Amino acid sequence: MDVVQDETLVVGGRKIGSRLITGTGGAANLEVLERALVASGTTLTTVAMRRIDARTGTGVLDLLRRLGIEVLPNTAGCRTAAEAVLTARLAREALETDLVKLEVVADERTLLPDPIELLDAAEQLVDDGFTVLPYTNDDPVLARKLEQVGCAAVMPLGSPIGTGLGIRNPHNIEMIVAEAGVPVVLDAGIGTASEAAQAMELGCDAVLLATAVTRAADPERMAHAMRLAVEAGYAARHAGRIPRRYWAQASSPEID
Amino acid sequence: MKVEINGAAHDLADEATVADALAAIEAPGKGIAVAVDGQVVRRADWASTRLAANAAVEVLTAVQGG
Repeated sequence: MDVVQDETLVVGGRKIGSRLITGTGGAANLEVLERALVASGTTLTTVAMRRIDARTGTGVLDLLRRLGIEVLPNTAGCRTAAEAVLTARLAREALETDLVKLEVVADERTLLPDPIELLDAAEQLVDDGFTVLPYTNDDPVLARKLEQVGCAAVMPLGSPIGTGLGIRNPHNIEMIVAEAGVPVVLDAGIGTASEAAQAMELGCDAVLLATAVTRAADPERMAHAMRLAVEAGYAARHAGRIPRRYWAQASSPEID
Repeated sequence: MKVEINGAAHDLADEATVADALAAIEAPGKGIAVAVDGQVVRRADWASTRLAANAAVEVLTAVQGG
């Protein structure tokens, strides 16, 4: 029964089969990663671009190809627009995709996006024909500007990368959702399934997470939990929750 | 001539191309991209793009991340 994924997510004209987008970073090895990816049901997964190493070769790419999962290269590690643009162009050349998860972070301690470099890079990459999915702050104004320069989605953080602190400013996420004309993907900060469900209940179109699964004690089981959470949150959002009330309201008939 | 490939010094023939640099590190044919001195060199141009002495060649692929 598939009653919850009733409307397919479309990003930049491309259908995305699952609303759970995963990352590959942090998995102990490719076998663990494979089981987690399969359990997550994801159809789109991030990779990073690094110098080739004879030892690792192209293993993660081979795995994603075998599983039929589309690759979403990121620009992780880039600190300036110029670095991010070069990395995106190399990714397009290596992976033959125009998709890019644009990350331009300000410093290693927070890994928070540098909004000025991010917007600059987004504009350049859109002009160069990329389908740009920017990792951004939970800032409704920046999200709007990223959409205005032509990004195919906006991906606000719930909290800093890898922290598992969940969604620290749900109201900002709701404001981004309310204003956005492109899909909103909650990216970063998810620690457990209830937070993935919350992102969807706030109106996000998808969730992107990596660490919460790959560094869980049992990645495969957590991947499955995240899949259910995203589906549940999406269904709840579209089911129309009851309004909050101050006083109780009996759910059984009164005694005559 | 000396060139730098992914940060390591290599000695290539004076007329070496990007393709020769890739052969020197036994890079796989697929899933990689090349930048020379900060500029992307498209796959179609690997065999015809000559390297200058002391060129910095970066060969990237996808790894686990994000």
